[in-house]
Amino acid sequence: MTADLPAVALSVAMAIAAGLVGCFAVMRRMTLASDAISHVALPGIAIALLLHVQPFVGGLVALLLGTLLIWVVESRTRMATETVIGVVFSGALAVGAMFTRGEELIEALFGGAGALPGWELALGLVGAAGVVVFVLGARHQLVLALVSPDLARSAGVRVERLSLLYLLAFSFTVALGLRYLGVLLMGSLIIIPAATAKHATRSLGSMLAVAVAVAVSSTLVGTALARALQRETGPVIITVAAGVFFLALLRRRPR
Amino acid sequence: MPSVLEVSGLTIEFGGLRVIDDLSFTVDDGECLAIIGPSGSGKTVLFRALIGSVPYQGAIRWAPEARIGYVPQKLDIERDLPLTGADLLRAKAHVRRVPPTDVPRALQMVNLGSDVTSRPIGTLSGGQFQRLLLACAFLGRPSVLLFDEPTAGVDERGEDMLYETIHRMQVEQQLTLLLISHELSLVYRYATKVLCLGRGRAWLGAPTEVLTPRRLEELYGGPMTYHFHR
Repeated sequence: MTADLPAVALSVAMAIAAGLVGCFAVMRRMTLASDAISHVALPGIAIALLLHVQPFVGGLVALLLGTLLIWVVESRTRMATETVIGVVFSGALAVGAMFTRGEELIEALFGGAGALPGWELALGLVGAAGVVVFVLGARHQLVLALVSPDLARSAGVRVERLSLLYLLAFSFTVALGLRYLGVLLMGSLIIIPAATAKHATRSLGSMLAVAVAVAVSSTLVGTALARALQRETGPVIITVAAGVFFLALLRRRPR
Repeated sequence: MPSVLEVSGLTIEFGGLRVIDDLSFTVDDGECLAIIGPSGSGKTVLFRALIGSVPYQGAIRWAPEARIGYVPQKLDIERDLPLTGADLLRAKAHVRRVPPTDVPRALQMVNLGSDVTSRPIGTLSGGQFQRLLLACAFLGRPSVLLFDEPTAGVDERGEDMLYETIHRMQVEQQLTLLLISHELSLVYRYATKVLCLGRGRAWLGAPTEVLTPRRLEELYGGPMTYHFHR
């Protein structure tokens, strides 16, 4: 397999979006939730395969519906979000796994790059750019809402709407990564680089920069290594990212 | 004197429990209203209703020209959160669309240096963090400041300094101040009006009228002593 430019461009765009989105996921303490959210893509992929539609579309639709569900639960009920995520999203994984079989299931779970249609490349690049613009543009609102939702509200931030937009950006980022990393591993590319950056930095700007650097370099190094070792790409990318995280832990936090 | 805030028939319920029941009061321009009462009497909930964070029945009317600065109750910030004081101030300045030059001015007002704002907010002392939040509230040049327990988690010296700063700001900027406090002696010293909440009732009046030993005993369910800070 030779390196093809469009696929590399899309994976880098995905990694940039994942690094940025992940910073706020980690700071909002959604580490576990974000892993579970990505699982909801599986039933969508399963339905898409049954209907002979592109798996990406099925996964994306399921993720967006799942996101709306989380948002409604978060903003309208008093039920703990963690509980709902634990039940609904693990349930979704089980249902999705029931209806997907063999090779397709493995691909959906761990990623496996098939042919990349032009429309998916275009949608992916535009979507990733949208996520990047949103996170960078809304970072100040996100910071205030993170420190104190009441403080943010008193400054005129529409906290519930911001939270919905953030979750949508998150879901879209997961959808971008399904092709490379699959349902089980995409959450990790969002969380691990951000967790590494959180440990290694002490200000917002440097956290965002380090998270993007770790996500992009893990993706590029992981892809090259996978090719050299003739392994599946997704697991190698996440192994590289986890390796970087543990190396960063060896260093003391900056004071 | 025109009123900055008019609250009438305010009722707030949480899960069937009525926390605030038919409360009415007004705050005039330049006043300092202190809100006191035992824990669970609805002080913070009242503030959250005033900034539109919780649903309520009744009416809350702010004067159209009122610009509100809010200092929340002690926040639980992770020590290793990679957000510096400068990040927080920049965020607030950006959201409020105030020029970046207002940031040094706000820091000067609360006496905070860049050595403090360059540190992650989770590593600041209670007093430093409260000052940072106060500076945050000053961005956007508010005409009304809402203060929820400004000195929780602050030592006595820091507490006096913080109140001095707030009081000085109030006079210099002609601010209207609403503050929730447990420090009755400070309330006595600075407040022009006191709202006591407790046991489903509310009393409003000048400190000397409201803060009588009998009323406090009724309010807190036991004799209260307080010492004067000098």
